[in-house]
Amino acid sequence: MIQPLTEEKQFTRTPGSEGLIETQTLEVSIGPQHPSTHGVFRMDCVLDGETVVALKPVMGYLHRNHEQLAERMAWLGSMPYTDRLDYLNSMSNNWAYALAVEKLAGIKVPEHAEYLRVIMSELTRILNHSCVIGFMLQDLGAWGTPLLYAFRERERILDLFEAVSGSRMMCNYMRFGGVRVDMTSKDLAVAKNIVSRFPRFLDEFEMLLTGNEVLLARMQRIGILPKELAINASISGPMARASGVEYDVRKIDEYGVYGRLDFRVPVGNVGDVYDRYYIRVLEMRESIKILQQALHDIPAGPHVAPEVKLRNFKIPPGDGYGRIEAPKGELGFYLVSDEGGKQPYRYHVRPPSFINLTTLEDMCLGHKVADVVIILGSIDIVLGEVDR
Amino acid sequence: MEAIEKIKEVAAQAVPGAKLEIINSTPAAQQPALLVDRDHIYAVAKFLKEDPRFQMDFCSCVTGVDYLQKADNPGFIEVVYHLYSVAQKHGPIILKVRAPRELDQCRVPSLTSLWRGAEFQEREAYDLYGVRFDSHPDLRRILMWDEFTDHPMRKDYVPPADYEWEPTPHHDTLERTVQVGGITPPTAREELEKARKK
Repeated sequence: MIQPLTEEKQFTRTPGSEGLIETQTLEVSIGPQHPSTHGVFRMDCVLDGETVVALKPVMGYLHRNHEQLAERMAWLGSMPYTDRLDYLNSMSNNWAYALAVEKLAGIKVPEHAEYLRVIMSELTRILNHSCVIGFMLQDLGAWGTPLLYAFRERERILDLFEAVSGSRMMCNYMRFGGVRVDMTSKDLAVAKNIVSRFPRFLDEFEMLLTGNEVLLARMQRIGILPKELAINASISGPMARASGVEYDVRKIDEYGVYGRLDFRVPVGNVGDVYDRYYIRVLEMRESIKILQQALHDIPAGPHVAPEVKLRNFKIPPGDGYGRIEAPKGELGFYLVSDEGGKQPYRYHVRPPSFINLTTLEDMCLGHKVADVVIILGSIDIVLGEVDR
Repeated sequence: MEAIEKIKEVAAQAVPGAKLEIINSTPAAQQPALLVDRDHIYAVAKFLKEDPRFQMDFCSCVTGVDYLQKADNPGFIEVVYHLYSVAQKHGPIILKVRAPRELDQCRVPSLTSLWRGAEFQEREAYDLYGVRFDSHPDLRRILMWDEFTDHPMRKDYVPPADYEWEPTPHHDTLERTVQVGGITPPTAREELEKARKK
């Protein structure tokens, strides 16, 4: 016979919980050694069941005070060190630093070198975006296969980088006033070959992914970033464009020779993880268009401005800011030159993925803890750049 | 985009009492900046953000610069804001604000309430330069570890020889040994100092 609850037993119920078990939130620290964090990065999550109610990003595990090291070196000395910021895209990091120094010193870059820079930086962009999509699928649980498809294409591009600059990833290719070595006609033929076969890979990639039911279910309406917040929080690059912010430094500043190249800036309208995935696919297609034009139009000429002397290189006192559209967003260098001008008095990197992390909490709130992983993956962070 | 003189004139009208000064960049860069006093930086920034002529809705880059004492000036920490407009696709307008180098006086108003994008960057400037941003919602160290006490990007910062030393539970045990047992085992710091003297 079932005994009725005594008064004492009833007292153990939480008032207002209608007989349910009393619950409490749980604080979980994801990282710094977790595969989903793409490096040494930590997220302090407060979970209510599986739902995220608070999240704080914690960074600095890879901090080596890059800026201070650069302030102790000559201007050119930190060029190889910029490779290590965003170690997937050393070419565009080089360009951002070279562009900032050229702005301060008033160096004009020969056309041939500008085209070489565009070729290298757009190859970097398709390399980065294809890898990021691979990593995003890895975060969703598609272990290995999509990433290896992306890596197969990346390897062709890295082979070209190695042939041209001598290094696969740490290219150290740009110099003030141009590039370090010219591309031979054979290198250009290899680049043309890569560009001509890349769309086929992209079609295959898209056929497998873009309409995939699992991918749609996991990515759509997840981690929405509204347009107003994206602008207010200084979000840049593909992430901002996925939220509908039509802003691309290549179009605004028209640095290099982007002013005369024909390409469009794809813009999303929802701002969810799926948009961030698809924006990157579309950007790769635009990059292919740019590469085709650049490889076709590249004029003959010197690969570095002959009047720039790298030995005893000096900049008159003052400051300046140069920025480019790196694959992850707006990469800028704020430089100050002092009397003497042999080395930077102040050297500051504006790292896109560090600033793109500002809204991580806003995007994750209310989603399940499994979605946090893919939301972070869609931001596309590289800890070498976040922590500097 | 208007010239910096025009911006200065308009901002001076909109924010009465603001002390504005134009600071030139290197001759080639041509990015003159507007130096604003600490009491009016928030009002000037708010004006630039909200005025339909400028609409500086994108705060791209925030950073600190440490200028040491020189013959003609006592030295200061400068905070630099690079503002762009996404709506009108122009920029940059560069705002600079200066604070004394002494840690207790090194304070400037935070602009995070205007631009969320300044949140992490102001934290970074606080961490590396020791600038206190008044009314910042969450002013903590961001790159250095929490127990770190100095601000390493300052020009007069001297890194300790044993920079990885920090108090650990092990250290407490050693201290207790000293108190209870009267034994004084050399700490890592002391040993290093000895080694350095040799």
